[in-house]
Amino acid sequence: MMFSLQQVVTEIGVTETDLQLWIDQRWVLPHKREDGFIFDDVDIARARLIRELRVDLMVNEEAIPVVLSLLDQVHALRRALARVNSAIDTASPAAKAEIAKRLDAGD
Amino acid sequence: MPTPYEILGVQPSASADDIKKAYRALAKKLHPDLNPGNKRVEQQFKELSGAYDLLSDPAKRARYDRGEIDASGAERPDRPFYRRYAEGREGAKYQDFGLDEDSAIDDLFANLFRQRRPERPMHLRGADVTYVAEVDFIEAAVGAKKRLMLTDGKTLDVTIPPGTEDGQTLRLKGQGLPGAGGGPAGDAYIEVKVAPHPLFARKGNDVHIELPVTLPEAVLGATITAPTIDGPVSLKVPRDSNTGSTLRLKGKGIADRSTGQRGDQYVRLKVVLPDRADPELTDFLEKWTRRHPYTVRRGTDQP
Repeated sequence: MMFSLQQVVTEIGVTETDLQLWIDQRWVLPHKREDGFIFDDVDIARARLIRELRVDLMVNEEAIPVVLSLLDQVHALRRALARVNSAIDTASPAAKAEIAKRLDAGD
Repeated sequence: MPTPYEILGVQPSASADDIKKAYRALAKKLHPDLNPGNKRVEQQFKELSGAYDLLSDPAKRARYDRGEIDASGAERPDRPFYRRYAEGREGAKYQDFGLDEDSAIDDLFANLFRQRRPERPMHLRGADVTYVAEVDFIEAAVGAKKRLMLTDGKTLDVTIPPGTEDGQTLRLKGQGLPGAGGGPAGDAYIEVKVAPHPLFARKGNDVHIELPVTLPEAVLGATITAPTIDGPVSLKVPRDSNTGSTLRLKGKGIADRSTGQRGDQYVRLKVVLPDRADPELTDFLEKWTRRHPYTVRRGTDQP
């Protein structure tokens, strides 16, 4: 789904000024087109998260990039871990057993 | 089934403020986007939001307290949290948020397996980079080309457009870090710092300076030379000018960033007496002042 800036403003309940600020600070990265910004689902979910952090959880503005950066790093790590998982998944049974043994030993 | 009060961990007599505080504290722990991968919190957060929706609305809370409505049906509908996308392909564009240098994740793989990374077609856009360019007042006012030395030894030529303001950020598309797997390069953001100038000060698109003139130049009028951002120009000081008299040099200001129209330069005169006292001038003033007394401190004698 694609949304315009105006639609996102209504959808998540945020002022246009705030949303514009978040875009300027590159906390949200909608596509820029001739006739304005286009938001996809991930951009909207991210903008909604920022609104909840700011408004519901009263996280101050300076802390937002810190929170976002740490979250994004967690997600990137989880994505990386998923790749490791799928690599192990397709490994030979012997290799799998070896890895399982080593992981247990590391506990 | 716990009551909404139990979910929030407050007494049924709790004030609206206590309820808000309790919600905020629990939401910080249970917000699904702050717990990537933890499936359990999503249900807990749903219950928490439902309880808070009910108790934060005085009318609904009163009806609940009187037993007119129960806590069910107060749950918020399911909605997609950020984490649902963040790990998918859609989330990839936010992967390097806040990471200027090469992604820490690449290091992880490099250390884990000292061999080729698993093949996967990923078209990742390169990270954006930010640099600071320091320019002097005149360069920012009339525009300039600057060559920046980057940390990796490369150079980047930046055109500073006329009228650039202190703190303004320029974007150089495609000059950031290279993309991966055929993805486009990131952008370079250049933050411009404009050094202050000993003579010129900027207000909007106008330039202001203070220019010393001699006593005869001020009293009798003169044509003098005034510095502008384009270089010296001649300036006519009218007779009977004074300290504080301000002359305008039309079109000698800074070009507007959008219209290109130039502002003006304002020259504020400052009358300066000769370095050394001159007996002739002193004699003259002694005679003159007896016949022409004048006051300049009206209203300042009673602080």
